Amino acid sequence: MKRAFPILAVLTGVLLSYALYQALVVAPTEQTMGDVQRIFYYHVPSAWTAFILFFINFVASIVYLIRRNAKADMLALVTAEVGVVFCTVNLVTGPIWARPVWGIWWTWDLRLTLTLVLWLIYVSYIVLRRFSSSGQTPLLAAVLAVFGALDVPLVYFSIWFFRTQHPQPVIGGGGSLDPRMWHALWINWLAFSCFAALVCWSRYRLEVLRRDFDETLALEALLEPRGSKARTS
Amino acid sequence: MSYLYAAYIATWTIHIAYLATLLRRYTRLRNEIAEFKGRIDEK
Amino acid sequence: MSSVAGLTRATLAKDLRLEWRSKDAINSMLFFSLLVVVIFSFSFDPTAEESRRIAGGLVWVAFLFAAVVALNQTWAREMRNQVLDAYRVSPAPPNALFLAKVIGNFIFVTVLQALMTPLFIVFYNLRALGPIYQLPIVAALGTWALVVNGTFFAAMSLRTRSREIMLPLLLFPISIPALLAMVEATGAILTGEFSARFWIVLLAAYDVVFTIASLFLFGLILQAE
Repeated sequence: MKRAFPILAVLTGVLLSYALYQALVVAPTEQTMGDVQRIFYYHVPSAWTAFILFFINFVASIVYLIRRNAKADMLALVTAEVGVVFCTVNLVTGPIWARPVWGIWWTWDLRLTLTLVLWLIYVSYIVLRRFSSSGQTPLLAAVLAVFGALDVPLVYFSIWFFRTQHPQPVIGGGGSLDPRMWHALWINWLAFSCFAALVCWSRYRLEVLRRDFDETLALEALLEPRGSKARTS
Repeated sequence: MSYLYAAYIATWTIHIAYLATLLRRYTRLRNEIAEFKGRIDEK
Repeated sequence: MSSVAGLTRATLAKDLRLEWRSKDAINSMLFFSLLVVVIFSFSFDPTAEESRRIAGGLVWVAFLFAAVVALNQTWAREMRNQVLDAYRVSPAPPNALFLAKVIGNFIFVTVLQALMTPLFIVFYNLRALGPIYQLPIVAALGTWALVVNGTFFAAMSLRTRSREIMLPLLLFPISIPALLAMVEATGAILTGEFSARFWIVLLAAYDVVFTIASLFLFGLILQAE
């Protein structure tokens, strides 16, 4: 298992480089938007990856609620953090793409707004985890994740209807894709998925180490004979 | 055109920033562990 | 062995009685709400036409702030007197406690709304062009949406640092569909330009989903403190 990590890292590096090449060189230039359209190859895979990670978080949270499995909790934590990173990338590249092409930084269209709300929910999830005092944090976080998941369809419908009432410009929509563009898109998605897996794995290992150490510290404090504490905290 | 590079650079900046925080947390943890081992060895 | 309804009613009556005597919460909320209305009136000085369009948003943001003040002190009394520990070891159904708190908050916030609304009408020269009977429905459903999740998240925030900021931090993102619905529905009713029906249905759906979720999971949260 230990061997797999460096192998994955190298594979990811290769894939990302190849994907970059595909995005910047191989994929044809879009007719109406020009080269700026290539942002698409980073923007869309980031969104997909973020949503997948959030979905894994949801499943892990449910597993934790049912089984109280520490591994499920760590997986939830990890996917939430990395998911927020990818979601941030998506929310930053979106406006950068929108500005030159559609002339506006932002619009309350369905995809963008949904992404923003998901980002807000998961940032609040991470803040809860940081600010909550140990012990029952995993449980509270899992409950929040469930609430967030229940919210998503409601968010979707509310924005969808809002859009029909107040028509807004559509960003990133329309146009069929050249097969070379699809190829570049899929390669970038694959590369970023591997990258996400790598980052999640690293974060997971860090968390395992942290928890093991905290446990060891706690045990040591318990076993410490009274009155001979070498140092406090 | 500069928008394109801005987007790509922004993407990697965000990713690298996160990896940097992971690295920082890891080294801090390593230091704590080393310190702890030192304490244990003293006894 | 109390039934859930009986226990809810008893807890609610106790809370209302205590509040009526001390008027802690209601006074602070009242003053805060008044401040919010006045500040908003200074900041946004629209024409009658515009005001009908934006009043929905302004009013509900003001109500939201007032609700947060109410929600933050939901469990304060229980915390001070270790009531939650007692509840944890008693066989009483935790849902009764939760429901009592939610209804209590609902009453507080509704009273606040009743007091703030005339002020808003005056400051913004509001006159509803649409079906006015829908307004109390929207108010009730919207308030319930805020209060049911708010009470739940207030309980979740009890053991966190910066408790007062944690509550809005958790509440606002999750409440976005409900907030959107409240604002749009109010705007629809005031301007009479379109139907609020979809938003009312959405609010009702939101209320059902989260009331069930909260009732289902409150027991877990209570154990967790």
